Amino acid sequence: MSNTPQLSKEQYLALYRQMLEIRRTEEQLAKSHQAGLIPGACHTYVGEEAIATGICAHLTHRDAVFSTHRGHGHALAKGVPPREVIAELFGRATGCSRGRGGSMHLFAPEVGMMGTSGIVGPCILQATGAGYTSKLLNNGTVGVAFFGDGASNNGAFHEGLNLAAIWDLPVIFVCENNMYATEVAFSYATRNTEVADRAKTYGMNAIAVDGNDVLAVYQAAEEAVNRARAGNGPTLIEGKTYRTRAHSEGMRDAGYRTPEEVEAWKKRDPIDNYRAKLLAQGAASENDFAAIDAETKALIDEALEFAKNSPYPDPATVTEYIYSQ
Amino acid sequence: MREITYTVAAREALTEEMARQPSIFVVGEGIGVRGGNFNTTLGLYDQYGPMRLRDTPIVERGFVGMCAGAAMTGSRPVVDFMFFDFILDSMGELINQIAKMQYMSSGRLKMPIVLRGCIGIGGASATHHSGNYYPMFVHLPGIRVVVPSNPYDAKGLFKTALRGDDPVLFLEHKSLLNNKGHVPEEEYFIPFGQAAIVREGTQATVVAIGSMVRKTIEACDALAGEGASIEIIDPRTLAPLDIDTILQSVHKTGRLLIVDETFAPCGVGAEIAAQVMARGFDDLDAPVQRLNGTHTPTPYSPPLEAAVVPNTNQIIQSIRDLLAE
Repeated sequence: MSNTPQLSKEQYLALYRQMLEIRRTEEQLAKSHQAGLIPGACHTYVGEEAIATGICAHLTHRDAVFSTHRGHGHALAKGVPPREVIAELFGRATGCSRGRGGSMHLFAPEVGMMGTSGIVGPCILQATGAGYTSKLLNNGTVGVAFFGDGASNNGAFHEGLNLAAIWDLPVIFVCENNMYATEVAFSYATRNTEVADRAKTYGMNAIAVDGNDVLAVYQAAEEAVNRARAGNGPTLIEGKTYRTRAHSEGMRDAGYRTPEEVEAWKKRDPIDNYRAKLLAQGAASENDFAAIDAETKALIDEALEFAKNSPYPDPATVTEYIYSQ
Repeated sequence: MREITYTVAAREALTEEMARQPSIFVVGEGIGVRGGNFNTTLGLYDQYGPMRLRDTPIVERGFVGMCAGAAMTGSRPVVDFMFFDFILDSMGELINQIAKMQYMSSGRLKMPIVLRGCIGIGGASATHHSGNYYPMFVHLPGIRVVVPSNPYDAKGLFKTALRGDDPVLFLEHKSLLNNKGHVPEEEYFIPFGQAAIVREGTQATVVAIGSMVRKTIEACDALAGEGASIEIIDPRTLAPLDIDTILQSVHKTGRLLIVDETFAPCGVGAEIAAQVMARGFDDLDAPVQRLNGTHTPTPYSPPLEAAVVPNTNQIIQSIRDLLAE
């Protein structure tokens, strides 16, 4: 954590609060999945919270985020309330996609959450398109794609990064390299596991950071967003990170990684380490954290009740929204 | 009234709407300075420049996915495929993203994108430049499928496509592009889902699609000498399909033939036949018949190529057979 950005106490704590909100939401979702409250899939973001938090801290609701199947954290960091995420996974009418999406299709365009996707790769292209709109309409926004190491081997990565580079589009490509595409190791799937290296192929700037260090991500995002808003083109950010839960809740998490590896990464927890660092620096006190912990718990408790008490969508509406008119 | 070609008519629609809507841009290979392989954008680059007439690398998946993101964020992209066969490289972006986006976002995102290109058999184009494919697209909820058969319809339907907020596949049969027809100077629109009764008749109904409309007119001209009175219907859009106009015609004539260049299995003719049987069974005096192109990849050599496309003599014979039932 060299070159730590100097932030105000409020800014430091806002990053903590955001990461904790994601963690507590995910833990609640995992519990709810076990309790049978989530009828479909649930891919948690536990362990990777620093990346969504550090990036989205630099975005406004007008900036467009496109995400992947592990997208709860991106939606929350972009400003979707936990109650709408939980209600969506519960299949309720009050969910952010009105019950039409679930874990892998979270939409809240009113805050610039332009969707998560059950298909690996399209978010890269769509963020490129958001960059095109920004340049065409000259509206000062940026497009952001969050995706994993798996997507970096997909054709969409090559095509999207190349298009963004040749047209100097205001786009941030954020690769969350958690070392596994579902259960296939990245070290098996490519001869060069440094995703940031690939930017050179496209004549694009790249920043490689410790994806579990929220301040490092914050700083990288600041540079990339400034470059984009100044009209100087796209950036590829690679954050090395790790998901400490299974690919999907309820899936057997064995046979492709060792318990020792998981435990070692749990010691690099982005939230615990950040908290310890701020305490050591005297940037915040135990009381500050205790207050945020309590507020976050109350927020998630309320969100759970909201979701549980929300109605299911009316089957009579099932064909609404297929077309605009 | 003046006469202009199909291509010029469609280009007029594009030019008028680009002048009116600054959010429209066109992407494709060679559609910039060059003006398009089929002159679809001839002269527009000088008027609108590179942001709105955007030459692309040969990355169909990339630019279709990019345009999806652009449409989600306020642009109105037009993808010019040149040959529509090339869309097959972007099917995931079309089917999983573009077609489903409005629904997944519960109508909060729009998808105003037009995907255009030439379809169909002719000119020894061989099998990678001769596809029709539209039955596959009609199968899918969320997209509009337009198959204009003449310059007047090409302009009026393209104008409607460029004003709407739904994804539209605008399919221009290559044998029609240089055909001339009457097109008024003043602005007009043709709504989707409104078939044209090309010719009125009493003894049988022929539904003809795209390039088959002109051939069916020729066939009916020949049959008129035998005293046959045939009603010809051009659906103009296949999704939505104006089944009511077809049913009304069958109510009058009692007989139905569908003439379609593309394949019969699970095709448009099969769908029309099923709907007419379900809703107009009592009107039918004979089984519904289809005349389709041969179910085969398209061969190159002219005699082979001609053998897979329904010709005027075959249409005449099919109508005679239907009248004799």
